[in-house]
Amino acid sequence: MDYILNLFLIIITAVLVNNVVLAQFLGICPFLGVSRKVETANGMGMAVTAVTVMASLVTFIIQKYVLNTFGLEYLQTIVFILVIASLVQMTEMVLRKSMPVLYQALGVFLPLITTNCCILGVAILVIQKDLDMIQGVVYSASTALGFWLAMVIFAGLREQLEMTDVPKSMKGVPIALITASLLAMAFMGFSGIGR
Amino acid sequence: MNNLKIFLNGVVKENPTLVLLLGMCPTLGTTSSAINGLSMGVATTFVLIMSNFIISCIKNLVPDKVRIPCYIVVIASLVTLLQMLLQAYLPAIYATLGLYIPLIVVNCIILGRAESFAAKHGPGASIVDGLGMGIGFTWALTLLGAVREWLGTGILFRSDDFGLSGWTLQGEDYGILFFVLAPGAFLVLGYLIALFNQSIKK
Repeated sequence: MDYILNLFLIIITAVLVNNVVLAQFLGICPFLGVSRKVETANGMGMAVTAVTVMASLVTFIIQKYVLNTFGLEYLQTIVFILVIASLVQMTEMVLRKSMPVLYQALGVFLPLITTNCCILGVAILVIQKDLDMIQGVVYSASTALGFWLAMVIFAGLREQLEMTDVPKSMKGVPIALITASLLAMAFMGFSGIGR
Repeated sequence: MNNLKIFLNGVVKENPTLVLLLGMCPTLGTTSSAINGLSMGVATTFVLIMSNFIISCIKNLVPDKVRIPCYIVVIASLVTLLQMLLQAYLPAIYATLGLYIPLIVVNCIILGRAESFAAKHGPGASIVDGLGMGIGFTWALTLLGAVREWLGTGILFRSDDFGLSGWTLQGEDYGILFFVLAPGAFLVLGYLIALFNQSIKK
């Protein structure tokens, strides 16, 4: 029972309290880059969620059964980034063959994901926090959901921003960053919920 | 293009943080104080210069189809090297920057420069470009860190890791905690980019 409660706490913390974008500053590039439309933000969120969960599962297994067993912990960064890059490539190929509709929707985002620091960051955090496999999967899934949530809310805000009249030098990214600041402040309101 | 032009291109004209908007994660995540921003900038500069140099040396040996994975392996090895050096000689900085050190691998500035500059120019020019971009990144991070530290804590250039007591401006009692926390990072960066647009880019 305690274990399940703990999992629940991990979910709440990762999605709301310690939101990956708005509190931990991971995955800012896609957060600013592809958030002009809710639709594309949605696609990106979906792609990131799928890859993050797979990547942290695979890297977890490699860390526990290969790197730790043979005392190769110092290779962590190199191995993890290679795993993520090849996983992204593989996802792309599998999707193209088996689910062309989904590929159409996610296709453009997949190559971008390799350099999304959210994925490598979560894979490393799972190891650093010393979670077990189930906790690791739950943690990575809920972190990615947090990313998705922040992405969609922010894209909605930006769609409205397009129609407002802002000073010339504030147009584009500066006003978007200030909006993100307000959004981050709103998310700080959750900080009392779990620890 | 002569070397000075390449150098200044990275520092001002195509500043990676304020103009190209690359590498936003460390920019926001490590600038809670000026010294933290500075150390992140220096660490990234190190990797950037080395990776630009190595990649411009091996560019003719690598087949075009597998160049991105090759570049990533070079960058990841350099980051691992940096990680080990910091752990050995500057453990305090290693602890403060934490997760952001391995994340230098996925910093878009480094792969971006490898792809758009080092893969097309010789080793000498690539080192200059790495240095220029690195310094451009470092000054932007230090400035962002300084503004956040000044407004947030009232003290400038304080660092417990280096034993610096800092320069007291309005004093700790008048610090606005907001600027040290996450929303402050977004806000200050937004205003900095707007100011940069207003004054330099026009």
